Amino acid sequence: MFEWEVKPTLLWASAGVVLLLIISTVIIAFLTHRYPKKNFSELRARLRSWWWMAGIFILAMLIDKVISLFLFGFLSFLALKEYLSLIPTRRADRRVLFWAYLAILLQYYWVGIAWYGVFIIFIPVYMFLFLPIRMILIGETEGFLKAAGTLHWGLMTTVFCLSHAAYLLALPDEVNPTGGAGLLLFLVFLTEFNDVLQYIWGKLLGQHKIIPKVSPNKTWEGFLGGLVTTTFMAVLLAPWLTPLNLWQSGFAGILIATAGFFGDVSISAIKRDLGIKDSGNLLPGHGGILDRVDSLTYTAPLFFHFIYYLHY
Amino acid sequence: MFNRFLRWLFFGLIVRPFTLIIIGLNIRHTERLPQKGPAILVANHNSHLDTLVLMSLFSLKQLPQIHPVAAADYFLRNRLFAWFALNIIGIIPLARKVQARTDPFVAAYTALSQGQILILFPEGTRGQPEFMNHFKNGIARLAKNCADVPIIPIFLHGLGKSLPKGETVLVPFFCDVFVGEALQWEGDKKHYMQKLDAAMHELASEGNFAPWE
Repeated sequence: MFEWEVKPTLLWASAGVVLLLIISTVIIAFLTHRYPKKNFSELRARLRSWWWMAGIFILAMLIDKVISLFLFGFLSFLALKEYLSLIPTRRADRRVLFWAYLAILLQYYWVGIAWYGVFIIFIPVYMFLFLPIRMILIGETEGFLKAAGTLHWGLMTTVFCLSHAAYLLALPDEVNPTGGAGLLLFLVFLTEFNDVLQYIWGKLLGQHKIIPKVSPNKTWEGFLGGLVTTTFMAVLLAPWLTPLNLWQSGFAGILIATAGFFGDVSISAIKRDLGIKDSGNLLPGHGGILDRVDSLTYTAPLFFHFIYYLHY
Repeated sequence: MFNRFLRWLFFGLIVRPFTLIIIGLNIRHTERLPQKGPAILVANHNSHLDTLVLMSLFSLKQLPQIHPVAAADYFLRNRLFAWFALNIIGIIPLARKVQARTDPFVAAYTALSQGQILILFPEGTRGQPEFMNHFKNGIARLAKNCADVPIIPIFLHGLGKSLPKGETVLVPFFCDVFVGEALQWEGDKKHYMQKLDAAMHELASEGNFAPWE
């Protein structure tokens, strides 16, 4: 028989996310009605994409661990593909890139069988050493360092870092009442919530730019507003979804808000370096997949190791 | 009938999931694509994937109307290959080496008169990956003889990286598809070729592509 077992807390948390989306939809509908001359189509497109992303993520999480794993593996694939399509690569390295793609399958396989020891060194050690070997065998030395460096940065960011979010699902269930799914929801929700809140606070109060050379729209007011709101939310949600106590959950909120900020601007720095605005147009209103998972590439590994050190 | 069903299956189950998920398309100006035939799409040619990507721009319902014009000497070289090219891909074969005073496009005129949408690569061959060769003049003859059929230039980027000529290993890269405005025939071959050339280069300059050396 088909066995479907979902912890009620997770259902409630998912319902909360849906409720937030409904509220946002209502607010935007109200704004569109109230200010007919203003153009809200970008905002509406962004919200529609949110509905899709949240819907797919929640369904996968509620149905099955393996489906969530495939979803994150696919996310890594899209992000790596977008990255490799944006950066300059060498004609000679076509087959090297092929191996980089294969690394995604293996990395998520280690997650699937919960082999922590290999999961944590496969890309930083083995792929780090193997890909340059493959390049050397091809024999093109012009631009070697740049090619090896950019490829490894991409693999670390889009595969290694993102796979930490998936590894939360492989953590043993006994420690946490809602299991790995609760931790994953906590991490992903707070990361995205922080993104949105930093944006909203910035729009409302933004005055003092933080790093105008990298991202002219980021302000101290936005960053701090997001930090406070996200930390408050973390403290509120942690007792239901995580094994963290009050102080730990406060720290987790600060960690996610700060790391999320730097993840966001690190992708901004790359885009500025390459002279492009959006990393793609896969997600209407957001840009590309990298524009969406940028914060997560920083929050996922940092939150993972924080909670792994404290509780596992 | 059976072949038509096979063609539909091939595109629905293999080609579309492949081009939309493994490759991934960044399409600009979709609204410039023709809603119905007759029409001719012309694009730069870097890879066998070009045809499949251009055919994926249309819905499966429109599939029976879409036909790539392709080199007879290459695609009809043996029976099995010819069956696949003619019935599954749905090519209209074109003789690349033409005898004097024959028109290679006769089959194309017939298809256009039946309201079909044709796909053409005026570079004549895939050539060097991610490098655009000059368009051959044949396209101007086609434009002249079908003066009321819109010809839509499309610039493709990325597929030459994914699967260049002579390679068998596919490496996924996003593919950029920039659709241009339909061109009209204005009575002069040379002028037409210049206009087409300018349109392609303008589309190419819309992208800010990283070098691939």
